Amino acid sequence: MNSFLTRYSSTTPEAYIRKAKELYGEDDDISEMIWGSAGGFGNLAKGVPTFKVPAVPDPTSFLRMHTDDHADPSCRIKIKHGTTTLAFRYQGGVIVAVDSRATAGSYVASGTVKKVIEINPYLLGTMAGGAADCQYWETYLGMQCRLHELRNRERISVAAASKYLSNLVYSYKGMGLSMGTMICGWDKTGPAIFYVDSDGTRLKGDLFSVGSGSTFAYGVLDQGYRWDLTDAEAQELGRRSIYAAGHRDAFSGNTVNLYHVKQDGWQFIGNYDISELHYNGPGDVPGAPGGGYGYDVRVAGRTSANAPEGQ
Amino acid sequence: MPDGSFAHPQQRSFNPYTDNGGTILAIAGADFTVIAGDTRQSEGYSIQTRYAPKVFRLTDRAVLAVNGFAADGNMFVKKVKQRLEWYRHAHAKDMPLRAIARLIQTMLYAQRFFPYYVYNILGGIEEDGSYEREACRAAGAAQSLVQPFLDNQIYFKNQTAAPGQSHPSHLPLPDVLAIVIDSFTSATERHIEVGDGLEIYVVVAKGRSPQGLDTMRGVQEMSARPDGDRMFVIRRDLKKD
Repeated sequence: MNSFLTRYSSTTPEAYIRKAKELYGEDDDISEMIWGSAGGFGNLAKGVPTFKVPAVPDPTSFLRMHTDDHADPSCRIKIKHGTTTLAFRYQGGVIVAVDSRATAGSYVASGTVKKVIEINPYLLGTMAGGAADCQYWETYLGMQCRLHELRNRERISVAAASKYLSNLVYSYKGMGLSMGTMICGWDKTGPAIFYVDSDGTRLKGDLFSVGSGSTFAYGVLDQGYRWDLTDAEAQELGRRSIYAAGHRDAFSGNTVNLYHVKQDGWQFIGNYDISELHYNGPGDVPGAPGGGYGYDVRVAGRTSANAPEGQ
Repeated sequence: MPDGSFAHPQQRSFNPYTDNGGTILAIAGADFTVIAGDTRQSEGYSIQTRYAPKVFRLTDRAVLAVNGFAADGNMFVKKVKQRLEWYRHAHAKDMPLRAIARLIQTMLYAQRFFPYYVYNILGGIEEDGSYEREACRAAGAAQSLVQPFLDNQIYFKNQTAAPGQSHPSHLPLPDVLAIVIDSFTSATERHIEVGDGLEIYVVVAKGRSPQGLDTMRGVQEMSARPDGDRMFVIRRDLKKD
């Protein structure tokens, strides 16, 4: 009875604390969970992530004012943009290839970004748009996929995993999340790719490219794509397409990261420097034609500066 | 223009951020890590203080450098330290470096819709020796001055090794310290927000030689135990104009 009294009374000290908590919210994102082994997971410990929001009438416009670099290039918080990523399905599985450049405005913030997120041994996610958004939510997706395995004694399908992510980002629609991702994997239906973005779009398909350099990648990819590509040909096509984007798109470049998803999970194929690809090619790897990807070998010195006789 | 009257609609914008300048940088060696930052704090063209540390010791083997908006940075470091203390109480040991990195990631992302205006560099020693997700990184006001220098001197970018020779993958501690000090003296010359003082934290892996560091000028040892990882701080003056 006493507990009922304290719970519903409005004059006890507990009531004041309760009121204060209602007014100001719980102190930060801290719960009892921080004492346990899940402590390190911070705001994920409660199962559903919670976020701190500024106490202004329109938090979304607050965030846009301080982060949106299209509206105001001089704004303080720069979210990293600019990317080329691609994935395609073919007879031998899925090829995933990405570049590794991160830009903040015109500054190259990093040339060694890992844009393929290894969700679990059978699932890969690619990263375009906000690096933090992709990394955080795809890590979170990995946790949920593991829970699905434990609950259902079965690996999650690519369709279900991608739908989980798209429903999740849809619930944050309009709040400024920025991600364009491809969820790639192999489940009991075979190889699969789903395109998911922060607008809530979710598309199933055989071939996608996402990011500022995607048009350049598509150019090479569409031209060389066939369903019955061999593994070596497919890997070469992925590498060559990202090279093309790195060469022509200023916001993409540095290196190519190449992954191959097969029945028994994904496999990292390699990291290739784009300048090295231009001049010398990928080296002794299956599918490589030998020599650089650049057209220097084809013009063989016959440039406008050094035109052949009579021209 | 808010004039106190209600004759016309009024709008105020909430602008809680400012840039307090300064620069931080970190370089990893084979068995040590160096994390450094200048100590000037400024707003616009005026210097608020000549000694505001940007580099903080978190555990016996982890150091965090913060740069950007000083108030956010100090608050963030305070909260990270608090979480590390709770971890110590729960597990009776220090949080490993990779866990601290993930903790910082989730703590920052919890503020996704009200971000901390802070750039962080975490350095230290992993449970199995030295740590690097990156061998070197600069951040802050003079990032674009310092990082290309580091790329050239640490990664040997755009340098070709002599025939039959190769570039070292890690530099010895005295070379790294010389590069750090040169980076900051040069950034001080060319960037108005960098200067006053320099604090260099060095974490040396357990059982490894501090390579003459312990006898260096202006060095102070802050190791918790002499037989564990050793931590040093080197304080130097930078130009104050």
